[in-house]
Parts: sequence; structure tokens; C-alpha cells
Amino acid sequence: MSSVKIPPVLRQHTGGEALVEVDGASVGDVLRGLAESHPDTRDQLFSPEGDLNRYVNVYLNDEDVRVLDGLDTAVSDDDTVVILPAMAGGR
Amino acid sequence: MAVKEPLELVRSQIRELNPVEAKEALDADSGIALIDTREPHEYEEAHLEGATLIPPALVGQDIGAKVPDRSKPLIVYCRTGNRSAYAVKQLQDLGYEDVASMSGGIELWQDLGLPVAAAEGMTAEQRERYSRHTLLPEVGVPGQLKMLDAKVLLIGAGGLGSPTALYLAAAGIGTIGLVDDDAVDASNLQRQVIHTTDRVGMAKTSSAKLTIEALNPDVEVVEHNLRLDAGNVLELLEPYDVIVDGADNFPTRYLLNDASVRLRKPVVSASILSFDGQISTFVPYEGPCYRCLYPSPPPPELAPSCSAAGVLGVMAGVVGLLQANEVIKLVTGIGEPLIGRLLLYEALGTRFTELKVRRDPECPICGENAPEIAEADLGKFPDYEAFCRG
Repeated sequence: MSSVKIPPVLRQHTGGEALVEVDGASVGDVLRGLAESHPDTRDQLFSPEGDLNRYVNVYLNDEDVRVLDGLDTAVSDDDTVVILPAMAGGR
Repeated sequence: MAVKEPLELVRSQIRELNPVEAKEALDADSGIALIDTREPHEYEEAHLEGATLIPPALVGQDIGAKVPDRSKPLIVYCRTGNRSAYAVKQLQDLGYEDVASMSGGIELWQDLGLPVAAAEGMTAEQRERYSRHTLLPEVGVPGQLKMLDAKVLLIGAGGLGSPTALYLAAAGIGTIGLVDDDAVDASNLQRQVIHTTDRVGMAKTSSAKLTIEALNPDVEVVEHNLRLDAGNVLELLEPYDVIVDGADNFPTRYLLNDASVRLRKPVVSASILSFDGQISTFVPYEGPCYRCLYPSPPPPELAPSCSAAGVLGVMAGVVGLLQANEVIKLVTGIGEPLIGRLLLYEALGTRFTELKVRRDPECPICGENAPEIAEADLGKFPDYEAFCRG
């Protein structure tokens, strides 16, 4: 099981959980697994065509999956997948 | 020296002069050699007129070249009189015949109002005010002078801007520009610590200016009581060395990024929401820009504001001060700024996470194929408000 770090704006869709354990061999598998167990996250993560939304950054441990193999990037049990949407609050 | 003898034992074996006696001796006999046995950055900050620097570790090695005549009278001082006591003992052991340590050191000398040769470019008040900075070898007088010369623009005088402005002002950043078109509201005071209860309704830039001027008269505060837009951004950024982004909305963040890349100004960017914060430093063409990290803004439901979602007040302090720290490093040129790194802070778990951020070769602003911006096009931006809504 890989750990997925849930950003604050998505926690309302994971019952408040900040860390969710999901099975999967690739980053895409893990995120689709998350969307299955917590369906309200699906539209936030994926476009209707099943691609990762452009405004969602996903990291495998500390590396952006865009510079790895994207959703095909292989994950192992000890890995952490970080979902990171941009935040604008400053005031 | 293998094992250091106890200070009291050393002091019992040497001659000491208090600063008044030392000054009388120096005034009466121009043949006395005055030795400052502290570190170079301490000497640089202030030393006694005519003193020769020999750091404690180099006394045995350097004294022969600096004072070859062992019968020449010497007065040795340091900051408080301890290092000089050891140095005098060592010099006696080396055969110097007439050596005295100045008890109380330069600290007591200055407390007694006796004159020192001080670093150029700083007044006596500034040497006192910034002494805890100049004592740091990494900062020293040159670093403090850089801060006094620096011009820093803060976008937002609110949550993040409040602590950032307070500490940058205390640190002696010479010019602080504040961009904000808002007025102080009672709901701001839980985190916007630069404002006060009796200033509710006052322009935030004016309120911040009052606080900063009371804290440090060295700082010139420039009020920009307006909202950053495509028409004013280039002119606003131009005079400043470093930009601090604490904006509360995406249009401003993208606009600021694009303008700062064009002007090659570093931006210390941070945001906070509920119990989470993130911060990175964008130095154009040296590291990624904001668009390399976030190519497009999220839809509104994924980007609530602090006023909609709430924010723990101390988040502004924690993250705002990380921004101030980045600014000071950029201004003084010390340390490792957060270039190419995004630092996340989760207050509830008290966890810091660091993510790598790389330059995007496809970035429309700083990427390899980004078009050169002609002079005539500078300042022309797409309609960001519509872009972010769409």
C-alpha cells in the first residue's frame, strides 16, 4: 500500500483524512484507487477523458511525476504520493 | 595550547589594566603596541584606534611578525577581557616582557564612553541596533550594509505581509514598499499583527507604516495603496531588489510572476490556508518560476480563500517569517535560498515536507521557447481575471 497525502481542499472528500493508504503499481493506479474509494475526489483529480487535471501537481515522494513517467510512474509500498493543488491565500 | 588553564589562574599570573588605565597609558606612550585579539568580523565592526588584529588562534604564530621586539610594551584586548588574558599569558611565555590585558575589553571601553574606530557606513545607533546581526560572521557589517541598502516590495500588507514586514523592518531593510488597497478590519487582527485594534478602518499600508516607523526609523516605507494590475505592475516592481508575494488571489500571483520574470526580479512566494502553508523562492532563469510549478490555476472550488475557508493565525507568522528569512538570504547573499524547492508546512502534524520544483522547458514565460519580449510589449498582459475565472 502506498500513502497518498491529501491536501486540505480535498479532505472534505476523504472524511477529513490527510493520509490515505491505496494499493496500486503506478501513480495512475494509486490515484484511480483513491477516486474509487473516495468518489468525490475523481472530478478534482481527473478530466472527463481520464487525464490528470493540469492544475493538480502530483509528486512521488519529493519528485514531480511530470519529470518521471507521469501517471505510469511505478510506485512501491514505501512510497508517498503527494497531491498538491496551488494555493493563493496570503491574507 | 593543549589544555586551557582556568581563567582565574591565568588572570592571577598577568597584569591587567582597566579601560581608563589603558587609555591613560596609550595616551602617555605612543610606543605601546595595541593588539586586538578577537575574530576579524568583530574587529571590522568596531576596534580601538591603532589596534592590530591578531585572532586568538594566531597569537603564537603572528606576534613575531607583527611585534618582533619582545621588549616593546603591549596592551592586549578582546570583547570582555577573557581571550586577552589567555593571549597575554601566552605572550609572556613567549618572552614578551611588558604585556597587559585590558580588563572588561572593548565592551567596557565603549560602556565608559571611550572612542572606537567603527565600521564605515553605519552610525553609532546603527552599530548598537544591529550588533546581534554584525556579530554573525556570515552577516557582519557588510551584510548589514546590504540590508540597509536593500529595497523590498511586499505584495499584501495582510496575513503574510504583517510578520514579514515587521521582521524585515527590525532587520534594517532600508526601503520597504507595501502594496495593498485594503483597510484594516477587525477580522484581520487575529493574524495581521502589524495592525492594531484602534486602526480598524485605516488603510493597511498606512497602519503598517506607523508600526514600522515606530519600530525602526532607519526604514523608509513606501505606501502603494492600490491593487496590482497589468497597467501598474512593471512600474511598481522596477525600483525594488526583491519581491515578496503574499497575495490572496491567483490573478495577482500569475501577473506578478510574469512581470518579475520579465524584469528578472526574485520573488519569495508563499501561501497559507487553514493549517497548511507553502513557500518557494523564484529567481528568474536560475530556477523555476511560479508557472513552472503551477502551469494553470485551479478552479474556484479547489482554491478557497482564507476568508472563505479560515486560517490559523500563527500560520501567517510561521510562513511569513520563512519568507523574511528568504529575503534576508537573497539580500545578503548568504545560505541556500529555496530555489527549485517547495517547502510545505502542516501545522497540525508540525511537519515540513520539501518537494523538488524544476524549470519547465515548455514554460510559456521562462521556458526555452518562450518568446523574447519586445520593449513595446512590456506591460501588456492577457486579462488575468478572465483567464483565472475561465
